Amino acid sequence: MPNAAISLRLQINGHLHDLTVEPRVTLLDALREQFGLTGTKKGCDQGQCGACTVHVDGQRVLACLTLAAQVEGRTVTTIEGLGEEALHPVQAAFLEHDAFQCGYCTPGQIMSAVACIREGHAGTDDEIREYMSGNLCRCGAYPNIVAAIRQAAEASR
Amino acid sequence: MRNFAYRRAGSVDDARRAAAEAGAMLLAGGTTLLDLAKCGVAAPETVVDITHLRGLDTIAHDPSGVTIGALAKMSAVATDRGICAHYPAVSEALWQAASAQLRNMATIGGNLMQRTRCAYFRDPVAFPACNKRNPGSGCAAIGGVTRNHAVLGTSQSCIATNPGDLAVALVALDAEIVLGERRVAADAFFLLPGATPQREHAIEPGEIITAIRIPVSAAACNSTYLKVRGRQSYEFAAASAAVGMEFEADGRTIRDIRVALGGVATKPWRVHAVEAVLKGQELSPEAIDRAAALATEGAVIHGDNRTKISLVQRVVARAIINRKPRGIA
Ligand SMILES: Cc1cc2nc3c(=O)[nH]c(=O)nc-3n(C[C@H](O)[C@H](O)[C@H](O)COP(=O)(O)OP(=O)(O)OC[C@H]3O[C@@H](n4cnc5c(N)ncnc54)[C@H](O)[C@@H]3O)c2cc1C
Ligand code: SF4
Ligand code: FES
Ligand code: FES
Repeated sequence: MPNAAISLRLQINGHLHDLTVEPRVTLLDALREQFGLTGTKKGCDQGQCGACTVHVDGQRVLACLTLAAQVEGRTVTTIEGLGEEALHPVQAAFLEHDAFQCGYCTPGQIMSAVACIREGHAGTDDEIREYMSGNLCRCGAYPNIVAAIRQAAEASR
Repeated sequence: MRNFAYRRAGSVDDARRAAAEAGAMLLAGGTTLLDLAKCGVAAPETVVDITHLRGLDTIAHDPSGVTIGALAKMSAVATDRGICAHYPAVSEALWQAASAQLRNMATIGGNLMQRTRCAYFRDPVAFPACNKRNPGSGCAAIGGVTRNHAVLGTSQSCIATNPGDLAVALVALDAEIVLGERRVAADAFFLLPGATPQREHAIEPGEIITAIRIPVSAAACNSTYLKVRGRQSYEFAAASAAVGMEFEADGRTIRDIRVALGGVATKPWRVHAVEAVLKGQELSPEAIDRAAALATEGAVIHGDNRTKISLVQRVVARAIINRKPRGIA
């Protein structure tokens, strides 16, 4: 059977995990259904909303358009792995600025924002808006999201 | 998404052989392939992952041009210093495409192979008629909602817009697509739909894109990509233009100019007519307007996409104005 399940070893939030899945299983579904890491959200499942944003080798990517098999040998970080001891400064800034309403987009926003700041793309509000445009917020919390990222970016300089 | 077999290519030759097998498809960033597999448009039997191949993601500058490996990420090319300095239209086309996350995933090779965003093409269940997906089945778009469909290069079989941004800059700058041993001019790499809209690229089974090559030129150094869309960011072009210009020593007479359009045509659309009327001319508002009007020569309107005509003419004019030397009216 060519399409039979395949065995993979993935590194997620600093831990190695073995799993056996069909080749078509996305990183998003593996995180949520195999590992119970439900912080990473499924919004559109088609690359259009950013709710599933995680880091692979430190770069922000979309877990819904990544196969679990593609990240073998790479390091994956999800919202659960961001601030293990205390809140990550970007998480704290989101709380302080009330940068959400329903919270569904928030893990993706935060993962994206951490990378956005690290990339050096959070210099001005316009730059933050451009480089965060891959994360949609149905509740329209954008002004507070931008304010939170601006504060976290300034604090990190 | 239908299940498939997954394997990693061990070498470029291995990838070529694997891709030549029936039912096999290459997987690079996956942002087109997995998306279309979820839509039910692509149904690969085997997915051949090429992202682990080494040495195909380099950006190598030399005095006569730059060679960009097919696996270089959109984000890496957009921020490369040499690209920003010598081929700014390429950087601008890339950072205005998709989102930061998608650009970290998507590769240059995959980008050129992306498929149309025609909503009928992407929905096989609701719209069985699509000549691109299913040759001979008809075209659900003609007579339908056509706001985003092409006005240039269309045929009676298909009016789908080529959605890519990078490709427009490459066509303007006379880039070549490197398919291993063979090279194809970017303009010739993208095919008109004609009676065979299912065939979009001049690439044969068993060939893969290994790199793109962009030659150095003064026009490339002074180039720009202007993209206008339905929202400010994270959207495909309603109309776009890549423009590169070189001026004579007087600073106002155009020695060389390249213009290509995006978002309005079935392939990245070089407009030699616009270039011809401006070459050797002094730049003036009148000359720009006269030239921009030629951008849509031969356009065919299908209902709602009428707006693209005046829109793209203005985009061309604005892009030229953005690249003119300071101090010229
Ligand atoms: C929500 C969304 C918004 C987007 N917005 C834009 C936009 O504004 N502008 C824009 O230009 N693009 C946009 N895109 C498209 C995106 O740029 C492409 O999906 C991406 O560039 C494809 O690259 P990839 O590496 O992910 O390709 P893949 O999905 O891996 O591959 C695409 C196709 O190319 C083939 N292929 C891959 N590599 C090679 C190779 N080396 N040789 C031969 N064949 C190959 C594959 O078999 C497949 O058929 C958007 C995509 C999404 C999902
Ligand atoms: S325009 Fe082309 S892609 Fe769209 S439905 Fe018609 S044939 Fe298919
Ligand atoms: S769930 Fe991945 S982008 Fe929407
Ligand atoms: S807080 Fe509800 S979608 Fe963003």
